Amino acid sequence: MNFEFSSDQILLKDQARKFLEGEESLKKAREVLENDTLYDENLWKSIIEMGWTATTIPEEFDGLGLGYLELCVIAEELGRSLAPTPFSSSVYLATEALVRLGSPEQQKTYLPKLASGEIIGTLAHNETITAPTEKNISCKLENGQLTGTKIAVTDGDIANFAVVSAKEEGKVKLCIVDLNASNIEIEPQNTLDPSRSHASISFKSTKVEILSSNDNGWEDLQKILERAAVLYAFEQLGGAEACMDMAKEYAMGRFAFGRPIASFQAIKHKIADMYIAVELARSNCYFGAWALSTDAPELTTAAATSRISASQAFNECSKENIQTHGGMGFTWEFDCHLYYRRCRQLAANIGSQAIWKDKLINSLERANQI
Amino acid sequence: MDFNDTPEEASFRKEVNDWLSSNASLKKSPQDSGMAGMGEEDALKNAKKWAAKLYESGWSCLHWPKEYGGRGSTPIERVIWGQEASKYKVPGGFFEIGQGMAGPVLMMYATEDQKKRYLPPMAKGEEVWCQLFSEPGAGSDLAGLKTKAVLDGDTWTINGQKIWTSGAHYSDYGILVTRSDPTAQKHKGLTYFFLDMKSPGVEVRPIKQISGGANFNEVYFTDVKIPDEQRLGSVGDGWKVALTTLMNERLAVGDASGPDFQEAFNLACGQDLNGDLAIKDGSVRDKLADWYCQSSGLKYTKYRNISALSRGETPGPQASITKIVSGNKLQEIANFGMDIMDAAGIVRPDSSGAEQNMYQMGFFGAAGIRIAGGTDEILKNIISEQVLGLPQDMRADKGIPFNEIPSSNK
Repeated sequence: MNFEFSSDQILLKDQARKFLEGEESLKKAREVLENDTLYDENLWKSIIEMGWTATTIPEEFDGLGLGYLELCVIAEELGRSLAPTPFSSSVYLATEALVRLGSPEQQKTYLPKLASGEIIGTLAHNETITAPTEKNISCKLENGQLTGTKIAVTDGDIANFAVVSAKEEGKVKLCIVDLNASNIEIEPQNTLDPSRSHASISFKSTKVEILSSNDNGWEDLQKILERAAVLYAFEQLGGAEACMDMAKEYAMGRFAFGRPIASFQAIKHKIADMYIAVELARSNCYFGAWALSTDAPELTTAAATSRISASQAFNECSKENIQTHGGMGFTWEFDCHLYYRRCRQLAANIGSQAIWKDKLINSLERANQI
Repeated sequence: MDFNDTPEEASFRKEVNDWLSSNASLKKSPQDSGMAGMGEEDALKNAKKWAAKLYESGWSCLHWPKEYGGRGSTPIERVIWGQEASKYKVPGGFFEIGQGMAGPVLMMYATEDQKKRYLPPMAKGEEVWCQLFSEPGAGSDLAGLKTKAVLDGDTWTINGQKIWTSGAHYSDYGILVTRSDPTAQKHKGLTYFFLDMKSPGVEVRPIKQISGGANFNEVYFTDVKIPDEQRLGSVGDGWKVALTTLMNERLAVGDASGPDFQEAFNLACGQDLNGDLAIKDGSVRDKLADWYCQSSGLKYTKYRNISALSRGETPGPQASITKIVSGNKLQEIANFGMDIMDAAGIVRPDSSGAEQNMYQMGFFGAAGIRIAGGTDEILKNIISEQVLGLPQDMRADKGIPFNEIPSSNK
């Protein structure tokens, strides 16, 4: 059995961690949070130079043609360092959509530019205060023109194009929209995590390209979200472990009642609980990584499992990290809240816990019927 | 990343399967041990017969050296054996303490003659061993034990009481930690022995458990004589020897047995709740998803360990989460199963109610597994101290002679 990343992949992970530390990614996340910037352009440029945006794009489209396992280890480090860039939107969602669903012409047009970082893509899916479903999507597609509004689009005000879900004759389709086209209104939206930018986007008879030509737009989108879920889970895993390490370090150095608070069982057990959550999530993420990299039939189950598990671990670790820090954890000055915010942002990004739990049980019900 | 065997592992797995398939029958379900309804005496007989068969065929104690009755296998081969054997109805549950804990300690500390005398019968299942560690006043704080050992000439005299001793009533031998010097500091005055459980002055009394069963015992020692040659390790070094034993215990403790995700899922798919199948209920789906993620997390944690063994490396510390997660999950699933059955869930079933019984036994079993072999709380201490490197809690008994440590509020 070889259920572990290869030594090359582990080396890549170490390099990624050192690179992001060297770039002061966490400090940059705070700068983006505190200032009016949408993302850190210098960090984004460096990431592009590292070739990370090209990781899984086939070589014929100027990508590196590496596997998803490589992307997983990069994702974990981006999550650990809260990298304030549009990486997840552009790579896990937009690039994946093009690689999986794009026509040869679309791939030729978009993928080389996504690889080189010349353009940034995202996904625009949510519309109202409820989770999007096949029924409640109300953006309309008629004669190649899109009308309607999407909200909470991550990187919506950074991206050059978006993959948008919309309905044509009652069926969900996915389309590609050039966000610089006319008849589009992009409004920045303030969120709980300003280290990542969000916007609402309104389309009024905007000209679009159809992405997947078949009628199963909803199913196609679910496949993309499944693949992305594994990668988001790795970001969440990295964030969770960073919180556990922060809590540990603080508890070792903080003295109360004449001794480090890390010697109190109330704190030790809290950190042990974080460790348990992180290890369960890590093992489930490995399962997701394996399924993603091999296109296994178990992918739906594995993706939901890693997503749920990693969301839970990040939640546990980011809230208990604040608790371990006491009052200092509640201050703007300490970094605890950056992780607490990002945890919530990532948990909301591609569907809530309830949605993924439902997907998981659906998938297990299907497997049981076979 | 893959789940495949190396060529060597695959050929070993085949060898294991060839032997198992011609000597045992396959289970029909994971819960099907083939021992249901069998009394303890018959189960022991059955297990001894199976152990002897393993011994004759060279499949005993895979991790032991050949000269003492083992197979001299690599750790990954032991794992493969365990994986394959778990698919078959093979008896177990009697020799783990001997073969998993006492055996390795004898190998480290006993004389060559003693090893030759005691290890092969242990491997063969002829002689059963138990572990005499915990005491009424020394559980989580094991080093607080008080059973007295006094040396006169070359014979020790033992007086005191042990508790929670699994299998003491059918064991032939036991490993024992005692206090040989009450004036030394807590961890320094302990001495470790092995003894014949039929020695005069040893009295075994069963303890009735909350489930009604009696798998473990109190063991009383009244002027029990042990020759000094049965001491393992130096006088006063008993704690060090005990830690070696406990390390092996942690490797031996696995998942809590009882209903898991799949059983709960099947139940929810077949049982009504509020006029529809339980599986359609949102709160049921929510819980099932959590348990699936926990089971899956433990399964793939195990795979990570096996992968390390397969590469000839020492597995990381992640296995330390297994008992905490599976014990608590079992307690939740047992409650869920009975809850789905509503009022009938608490009614003890007749012989046809195997499913009810499974949840009810899990309900009691989980309460036990969260304590046995290290409580949840002690395991969290171990994770935080030994895995994460956090400091020990302040101890009120540090540096004080043992006989001056307060042991009650009177």
